Amino acid sequence: MAKSKAAAVELKNVIKHFGEVQAVKGVDLTIDAGSFVTLLGPSGCGKTTILRMIAGLEHPTRGEIWINGRRIDDIPIHKRNLGLVFQNYALFPHKTIFDNVAFGLRYRDVPKAEIRKRVAEALEIVQLPGVEKRFPAQLSGGQQQRIALARAVVIEPDVLLLDEPLSALDANLREGMRVELKRIQRELGITTIFVTHDQAEALALSDKVVVMSNGKKEQEGAPDKVYNQPASRFVAEFLGNANLLPGRIESNGVKLQDGTLLPLRDAKGLPVGTEIDVVLRAERILLARQHPPEADALVVPGKVRALDYQGVAARYFVEALGTTLQVINPIDDLPFPEGAEVLLRIRAQDCVALGRA
Amino acid sequence: MRTWSLIRLFTLLVYLFMFTPIAIVVILSFNDAQFGGFPIEGFSLRWFYALAENDAIVRAFRTSLLLGLLAAIIATTLGILASLALMRYSVPATNFFNTLLISPVLIPETVLAVGLLLFMRWLDQPRSIVLLLAGHVLIALPFVVLVVQARLVGIRKVYEDAARSLGANPIQAFFQVTFPLLMPAVFAGLLFAFTISFDNITATLFWRPAGVETVPTQIFGMLRHSISPEINALGTVMIVITVGLPLLAGAIARAFARRRT
Ligand SMILES: Nc1ncnc2c1ncn2[C@@H]1O[C@H](COP(=O)(O)OP(=O)(O)O)[C@@H](O)[C@H]1O
Ligand SMILES: [Mg+2]
Repeated sequence: MAKSKAAAVELKNVIKHFGEVQAVKGVDLTIDAGSFVTLLGPSGCGKTTILRMIAGLEHPTRGEIWINGRRIDDIPIHKRNLGLVFQNYALFPHKTIFDNVAFGLRYRDVPKAEIRKRVAEALEIVQLPGVEKRFPAQLSGGQQQRIALARAVVIEPDVLLLDEPLSALDANLREGMRVELKRIQRELGITTIFVTHDQAEALALSDKVVVMSNGKKEQEGAPDKVYNQPASRFVAEFLGNANLLPGRIESNGVKLQDGTLLPLRDAKGLPVGTEIDVVLRAERILLARQHPPEADALVVPGKVRALDYQGVAARYFVEALGTTLQVINPIDDLPFPEGAEVLLRIRAQDCVALGRA
Repeated sequence: MRTWSLIRLFTLLVYLFMFTPIAIVVILSFNDAQFGGFPIEGFSLRWFYALAENDAIVRAFRTSLLLGLLAAIIATTLGILASLALMRYSVPATNFFNTLLISPVLIPETVLAVGLLLFMRWLDQPRSIVLLLAGHVLIALPFVVLVVQARLVGIRKVYEDAARSLGANPIQAFFQVTFPLLMPAVFAGLLFAFTISFDNITATLFWRPAGVETVPTQIFGMLRHSISPEINALGTVMIVITVGLPLLAGAIARAFARRRT
């Protein structure tokens, strides 16, 4: 069962130094065939470097890279059969759209008639049919990025590598492209590695998210797993808005510093007495004037210190549990005003224990 | 207000000072008179015909054209290769080599000329047309390097990366992507190099083998005897070539650019 999905890409303890800078500090990675994997992390954490090593644009200082059961570290880029899409499209400005998309096919002994057919199909897939004769400068940014995608997938690459392909686009265009990208990837069933610093993109697109920081893998897993069960303080703070509450494990929950006993479902095998942090997502705390009684939940009083109105929701800063908590709640009628006395409902299932390293 | 009119007057004087001699040469080259000076006695192309029939001048012209073309091609090729090496590959001491390439502009031409002669003497080589060509390449190279590097900075390496990822080997990637994008600089480099070679005189006087004349050295030689109206005609031809070529190239480049936007 577990073996049915072959690993398309495998990194084994890959290390990359640029002089003194250690850009990648020993990364292992397994990417299933046909899956969409995102490398997510702040700027400078080594995402691009990993992608460039897989592409063959950089050579690992140490470690191995395997694609479809073949070690490729020493195979030059042009023999790797990978599709690359860059942040700034990198369409050849002096070539027509047709020649841009056909570029890779010309090095693959594809007959002329078939090149024409496959270019037309690729343009169809990215929903830009009929632009063959235009030059890149005559297209908008979003259109250029679609062409770049068409150029990369038309060669039927073993792996599609995308480095922040959406970040040069306007915010509203970006969301459209995101949906589009996912559709194309599903349609072609192509193994895809996507690099971004944007958590919303990562969570929306991926089968698997690999969170990175400082040249290392922090956590990997399905988007909801990584989001709901952060394995480290870094992941908890990087994804979404989380409250981290220090406390000590007791037999029936976590004793916070102000003495409150917080219910906890899963202590992750940590023994009683261990000092931990509890991760509590801002949108999992419910604010109300009163709450119906509920099992496995704690209701504590609090006071709204400030709020950040966001239209569909509001972000509150609420004084409670001896600290200030971030709470994001949808707005029903009117948001709670500043200074409002409220009750916070915290459920056991939403409290995630985080051991301290 | 006063200062502005003064500045205008000054500007006008400077331009007059710069362009009057050139205008006079051009005007006089169409003068029918027997001697190369004023007054104008009537419009005529006779001095241009005389040019075409003067064997020495035609020979000098051929020499200059050939020398200019070869120097342009060699200097541009070397300039592109050197710029690529310095900017696309991590060469140690990049700055040092860059300065070295540019240095012929900074060194007085006479010193450069004597230096190359001494070097040839040391190698036991006679003055030859090859030496002259090498010298012209040396003088033109810095300009080519400057123009090509300026353009290469603007051609992001990501284009080459994209071409490579699609299956082009490094040489194919260069000719498919980098070179076409570099074309304006190649063009400009060729023109610069040709123009520099075509009207160089100082160093050429040092380097040319006996009996070989380029257009400038030919004019220089003729001036020693008399100021013949033929010289005015020759001057006009040179102006047309050195001014007309870049203008033409600019027009071609603009036409290309229009097609793409
Ligand atoms: N060619 C290079 N030379 C030197 N340092 C580099 C080079 N490329 C990347 N780095 C360094 O490696 C680290 C990781 O960079 P990168 O992989 O681009 O990060 P990310 O894509 O996650 O923003 C950074 O500190 C960056 O400065
Ligand atoms: Mg990056």
